[in-house]
Amino acid sequence: MKLLYVTAASLALSAPAFAQNDCAAGQTLSEGTLTIATGNPAFYPWVLDDAPASGEGFEAAVAYAVAANMGFEPDAVEWTRSSFDQAIQPGAKDFDINIQQFSITPEREEVVDFSIPYYTSAMAVLTTQSVVDTGAEATLDSLKTLTWGADANTTAVAMLADLIAPQTGPMLYNDNVDVTAAMQAGQIDAALFDLPTALYLSAVVVPDGTLLGQFPADRTESPDQFGMLMANDSPLKPCVDAALQELIDDGTLAAIETQWLEETTGVPVIK
Amino acid sequence: MPTRREIFERRQRRRANLIAALSTGAVLLAVCVLVPLSPGWESVQRAFFNGAIFARTFPGLLEAFLLDVAIFAWCAPLIAILALALAIARDLRAPALTPVRLAATAFIDIFRGLPVILVIYLVGFGIPGLGLPRPWNSPYLWGSLSLILVYAAYTAEVIRSGISSIHDSQRAAALSLGLTETDTMRYVVLPQAIRRVIPANMNLFIALQKDVALLSFIGPVEIFRQAGVYKSLLANFTPYVGAALIFLAVTIPATRYADHLMNKQRRQQQ
Repeated sequence: MKLLYVTAASLALSAPAFAQNDCAAGQTLSEGTLTIATGNPAFYPWVLDDAPASGEGFEAAVAYAVAANMGFEPDAVEWTRSSFDQAIQPGAKDFDINIQQFSITPEREEVVDFSIPYYTSAMAVLTTQSVVDTGAEATLDSLKTLTWGADANTTAVAMLADLIAPQTGPMLYNDNVDVTAAMQAGQIDAALFDLPTALYLSAVVVPDGTLLGQFPADRTESPDQFGMLMANDSPLKPCVDAALQELIDDGTLAAIETQWLEETTGVPVIK
Repeated sequence: MPTRREIFERRQRRRANLIAALSTGAVLLAVCVLVPLSPGWESVQRAFFNGAIFARTFPGLLEAFLLDVAIFAWCAPLIAILALALAIARDLRAPALTPVRLAATAFIDIFRGLPVILVIYLVGFGIPGLGLPRPWNSPYLWGSLSLILVYAAYTAEVIRSGISSIHDSQRAAALSLGLTETDTMRYVVLPQAIRRVIPANMNLFIALQKDVALLSFIGPVEIFRQAGVYKSLLANFTPYVGAALIFLAVTIPATRYADHLMNKQRRQQQ
């Protein structure tokens, strides 16, 4: 009986000290904090102003919502940065969760763990007005004749071959910035991005950039679904999945999506 | 009948070979046994030495390597020509040609001092960004030009060192025989100078063979980029190992050949 009291008392005492679910307790890199990694730099509209700690931007907001459901207060969330290669390299990770538009693929799942998807993206065709003026249309026949570019580290490369199969092989680059540089230099006509990224690039980065159209997510057999990345066989995966599922069920995720990715409608669908 | 000296030397040689074999074997054994014993070996093996992924990606890598070979093939002769012109320009002695000499010096200083990747970005994105129409804005064109500029600067310095290694008395002798300055350069100095710097230039061309991969930064999908795409899709680094093997298959024979040339030259000079 006394033992029970002591246990109950110590539980009551320790509960405020570790304000987190039992599920994540002792499983994070440093006790009591959740270390979340994102890209360097992190791009709009996923993270605003490359400042994830502000919680502004879709992924930053989702990260804080998931952390809250796992029992981590906002000030118990640590941010770090990682590249794609750092995220998949063997050995110890320096993050608990990595969120930077990682598409879930079966091959990737063999070396790392993914949470259930938190976003399913349509793919969009970014181009410039001058290319449209020379007769590019939102039809597959027209798209096939363009010179394509893509970020080499993304699943856009495989989608390009899958959805469009252009006549000439695509040019591939290290990141968004280089793709847009090549587009401005006239070296490529169009590039394939997930829709929110494409919207941002067309509105802000590429002068006279425009979206020719989008491929809805249900267009491919394996749509581009973003998941949070964790170390292989991470003990955190059930907690993260449960937290995300909760966000999906109570409509919070949809609300966050509306807040940050609202404008993704209104782009013509490619037939 | 071998002399006692020969018997002794043969025994010494056998002993040295035995020790070399034993120590090499011990190191190899330690590597092969100890590395797989380390706790992370299995995941490293899966990420870098995955047989199935290797077999799946190797043909694609080999195909992409053809682009590297092609870029190398059209850059190398242009580098040689530009480098020779620069080296001769730097060696001009007529006072009236000072501006040419200064320009060549400035060119070499600038392009030898810049990282290759920086030149590739600046020239590869910058110049086409000025509004050139296709096909004149091709990344192949401007990327290759970047490599040519940088490597011509390096090679020019090597050739110049060859030119200055030819003693001035040879020029004096040639001039006294009635050869013009141009003929002296053409028939007396350059043939010797270039032969002397062939091994050093071989090294530069091996380096060029590897630096061709930097062109991938501005778009062309050569072997390094292709390996990166496979890496990204499969979340596995094995394609990089495949690419490394393909590079080695070309650069190691080239390095050995450069060594062979160097040894041959040393023997000739003795």
